[in-house]
Amino acid sequence: MGVGLKGLSKPEIELMESESKVPGLWTLEKAVGFIFRWARKNSLWPLQFGTACCAIEMMATAAGRYDIARFGAEVFRPSPRQADLIIAAGTITEKMGYALKRLYEQMPKPSWVIAMGSCTIAGGPYYYDSYTVVKGIDSFVPVDVYVPGCPPRPESLLHGLMAIQKKIEDEPIFRRRRNT
Amino acid sequence: MTDLLLSQIKPGGESPFGTDEYVVNMGPQHPATHGVLRLVVKLDGETVKETMPVLGYLHRSIEKICENRTYPQCITYTDRVDYVSAMSVNLAFALATERLMGLEAPPRAQWLRMIFVELQRLASHLLWMGAFAGDIGALTPFLYGLRERERILDLFEMTCGQRLTYNYIRIGGVMIDILPEFVPKCRAFLDYFDPKIPEYEELLTYNPIFLERTKGVGVITPEVGINCGVCGPSLRGSGVSCDVRKQHPYLFYDQVKFNECLENDGDCWARYKVRMNEMRESVSIIRQCLDRLEPGPIETKLPPILKAPPASEIYFRIESSRGEMGIYLVGDGTPKPYKAKFRCASFSNTFVLDQLTRGWKVADIMAVLGSLDMIVPEVDR
Repeated sequence: MGVGLKGLSKPEIELMESESKVPGLWTLEKAVGFIFRWARKNSLWPLQFGTACCAIEMMATAAGRYDIARFGAEVFRPSPRQADLIIAAGTITEKMGYALKRLYEQMPKPSWVIAMGSCTIAGGPYYYDSYTVVKGIDSFVPVDVYVPGCPPRPESLLHGLMAIQKKIEDEPIFRRRRNT
Repeated sequence: MTDLLLSQIKPGGESPFGTDEYVVNMGPQHPATHGVLRLVVKLDGETVKETMPVLGYLHRSIEKICENRTYPQCITYTDRVDYVSAMSVNLAFALATERLMGLEAPPRAQWLRMIFVELQRLASHLLWMGAFAGDIGALTPFLYGLRERERILDLFEMTCGQRLTYNYIRIGGVMIDILPEFVPKCRAFLDYFDPKIPEYEELLTYNPIFLERTKGVGVITPEVGINCGVCGPSLRGSGVSCDVRKQHPYLFYDQVKFNECLENDGDCWARYKVRMNEMRESVSIIRQCLDRLEPGPIETKLPPILKAPPASEIYFRIESSRGEMGIYLVGDGTPKPYKAKFRCASFSNTFVLDQLTRGWKVADIMAVLGSLDMIVPEVDR
């Protein structure tokens, strides 16, 4: 895939052309931003973080049939310092919540979070009567994309990953996130 | 200062620095702990002196939730106790409830249950093989194992619509009858799968690196195994006959022919070999079940509200993919269990880890942990 105008929407190209004096020539900022976004979205390195059932589906996504490598996200890193995407796969209990928060804070910014499965979104089947499960990880970690299901199919996770890529395309390259 | 200290080190002599135990924390987020198990490891150099598992990172209070759910509702939660082998836990809970209430499923349902539980055993062992080989550094078997596992999941999905948490085996029968094309597809899968097992063995069994990492490592002697409550394939690797399917047959396991796979070494390699042989046995069991499957009803007529008799209790156990899966239920005359206790194989298998890893290197913890085939929600529940 070459670097071209492919990643940009039509109004964006028109805007660029109107801003520069010469038609078709990019401003430096736009060009740098385009390269940054292109590189970021095609090399998301997820953290190897699976807690429960969804982790098995995450493994299935990484394996042959669904092959997350097609989206450039097959490099599951064991260390948060090398990763820029947490796929929070599986139930997060209160005891684990502290670890998740610390893992998120250890990741270099910009970083993204996918809440995979009902448990991480809102507690899922453990919403009622469970005294340990966190009712939604978005209470302490900023979540970018929610992938519902119990567990979600690998296709859903890939769709979530593509949603992250779309989000990267749309946001400024110097992204400031609120501190949680 | 540094020069001074370094000058005091004589080759072969004692270090001027104090030596102390080194405590390493593995997990809860660790690539090789199969989830969120945390191990606190005391090291002397690279030699392990003590391994302490710390539990509770995935305690979802399933047993407590079951006290507030009716019996059929509990089946949904049993899926999540052991998600790699969900059918087995479904079956254990359904059978325990049926025994408690004096019900029995019709024969077709029993055969179907056997087919699905054995297919699940294949899927679980395949995933285990991939994860175990991945733990000790061989990444290819993971892709091989999941390739065949996806085909098994296709069969499950065709029948009950789910890939992982099936909720298929219900009290008094199964959820839905199989489709007409299930039997030929299942046979086609078995014919496809049979020659794959030698392929895995070619990859791993006599691979010199694999042998170095597993042969003689983490030996469970029969005494230690029995005293610690190790069960399932991990104990059968030590030559102890403990297959519940043979010793206390449930379903129609007394009507099919299969061997109990035993190895005598008790090391990681023996546990690996037991599971590989179990896959062959499972294929043969499924073939026999498909031959004997006859049309008929798939569920018994249940009362509108399932109630256990007052002051009744039952402990029922089956052989899950990981070992003895026991369900203890106490009924009090209401539609909800007074107490539901899951006796999971992984829980008892985890606590032999300390004895197995003492005196071995840090890297061997991963080999031993992988070979025990533990699933963290089964430990924490």
